[in-house]
Amino acid sequence: MRKKSSMTGRKVTLTISGWIIGLIFLLPYIEMLITSVKSKSEILSIPTTFLPTQWTWSNYVTIWKQLPLAQYLQTSIVVSLSATVLVLLLAIPAAYYVGRNTFKGRNAFLLLVLVTQMFSPTSLIIGIFREVIKFHLVNTWTALILIYAAFNMAFSIWILSSFFASIPIEIEEAAWIDGASRFQALRRVILPIALPGLVTAFIFTFISAWNEFVIALTIESSPAHQPITVGLESLIGMYQVQWQYLFAGSLIAIVPVVILFALIEKWLVSGLTAGSVK
Amino acid sequence: MTSIHKKYRLGALPWISPAIAVIFLMVLYPAYEMIRTSFLNIDETGTSRGFTGFSNYRTLFNNPNLVPVLERTVVWTISVVVLTVLISLPVAQILHAQFPGRRLVRYALIVPWAASVVMTSTSWLWILNGYYGVLNRILLSLGIIKEQIQFLGDPTQSFVWLIVVAVFVSVPFTTYVILAGLTTIGEDILEASTVDGASGWQRYKAIIFPLLRPALLIGMVINLINVFNSFPIIWVMTTGGPGYSTDTTTTLAYKITFRSADIGQSAAMATINFGIILLFIVLFLRVSRWKDQE
Repeated sequence: MRKKSSMTGRKVTLTISGWIIGLIFLLPYIEMLITSVKSKSEILSIPTTFLPTQWTWSNYVTIWKQLPLAQYLQTSIVVSLSATVLVLLLAIPAAYYVGRNTFKGRNAFLLLVLVTQMFSPTSLIIGIFREVIKFHLVNTWTALILIYAAFNMAFSIWILSSFFASIPIEIEEAAWIDGASRFQALRRVILPIALPGLVTAFIFTFISAWNEFVIALTIESSPAHQPITVGLESLIGMYQVQWQYLFAGSLIAIVPVVILFALIEKWLVSGLTAGSVK
Repeated sequence: MTSIHKKYRLGALPWISPAIAVIFLMVLYPAYEMIRTSFLNIDETGTSRGFTGFSNYRTLFNNPNLVPVLERTVVWTISVVVLTVLISLPVAQILHAQFPGRRLVRYALIVPWAASVVMTSTSWLWILNGYYGVLNRILLSLGIIKEQIQFLGDPTQSFVWLIVVAVFVSVPFTTYVILAGLTTIGEDILEASTVDGASGWQRYKAIIFPLLRPALLIGMVINLINVFNSFPIIWVMTTGGPGYSTDTTTTLAYKITFRSADIGQSAAMATINFGIILLFIVLFLRVSRWKDQE
């Protein structure tokens, strides 16, 4: 039972600090939005204006002509989605087996997962670069999909296996008795229960692939294969940065993933709990 | 019946081998390739001219930038991780409490986590711009400064700002990990301690903080890895410059590869980097006595 909320002094302080924290974390994105609707001349005027004198929303139209934005977005979507689907297809069975069984080599497997978690694509960039050249995968989507899938596998296996392990075995056994194979039981009984974990793994992988920069910058030199993170960099020229377009494009890339992430906010805490309690 | 038994005899392999295959192909093979490259003599076109033993490592150790960069990397990693945790603890405490608009504030906190670090860093670069940046304008309007400041003008100031931005992008994830830890502490424990008459701070130190340990450890290890390997913030805001004055080992390795085209030396740097992160993690787990908790 919660008492009727009287706005005591403590509560007011709490509310105000909460709102200030929220505002601080939005500031760079608010500045992005403001700059993205300023005109070119206003951006380079001193003193800097806090709000645009003229709200130039046409910047958002111009950037589609300035850059092959649709192409960049297509690459980002195809690569991120494929990598995410690949991760789930491979991580689900592995996580399920690890979460359910003790077997010879289980510890070795978990160690392997832990070690991959310690590598970042950036730290292996030279090895990756040389491998990609060797297998003629420069300027392909395949390379990005495989790399992003590989580097996100560990986290997904880790979070999913603790989810699977937390589901009582009796539920599954009931399905086996009904004649379901192990795989059928996994698909029809376990996966629906583990949905929060699946969604968390999906969105984490998707966002990490969507935002990756260094690998794509290094191995994709043709615009046709560049994701939006790299594509927008071309606006940072040698002499002048077109800030208004850069930020308009950035917001176009940021807003969809923020919405995706906000959708799982309520599962985020339980997803991370499952991981950290383990 | 027999077919099911056959499936069982295969054991774990059908379930885990596809995942292992991708990890071997795209993580372990590049790691092997990188270490091997660090012992090869590679010319500027990327062709190998055979083994050279430790010659790449010798070149690297003679690189005058190496020692300052190594020192800076240690300062960078430790200060970002420590500041992140110190800020995330109270932030999580606030977001765990009930107040009007809490849901919206939690959404706001998600934005830097979901947004690309490259783009967030670019926005900070613009905010800190010495001529047109809004931070200069704010400080001028408030009368705090008399003339514009070049925030990213000298190495020390730049480095401080890089740390600020790194903390900014690390706090949201860390806060959520701590929030997850807080939810595992039952309401009854919290209420019981209130009844006992402990003050807020005593309660936090004696009861809440120790229970947060597992969540905190995981949050810190993940941050340690991410911050050490962090590339985009430094690359976007200072490219490690002026000169090499704000480089960490990660950006230095990249510079040696793609600017100096010395792939062998760069591979040596990257191999040492992996050794360092391994050392960091082992030391950290030792210090926090991870095993005692198990």
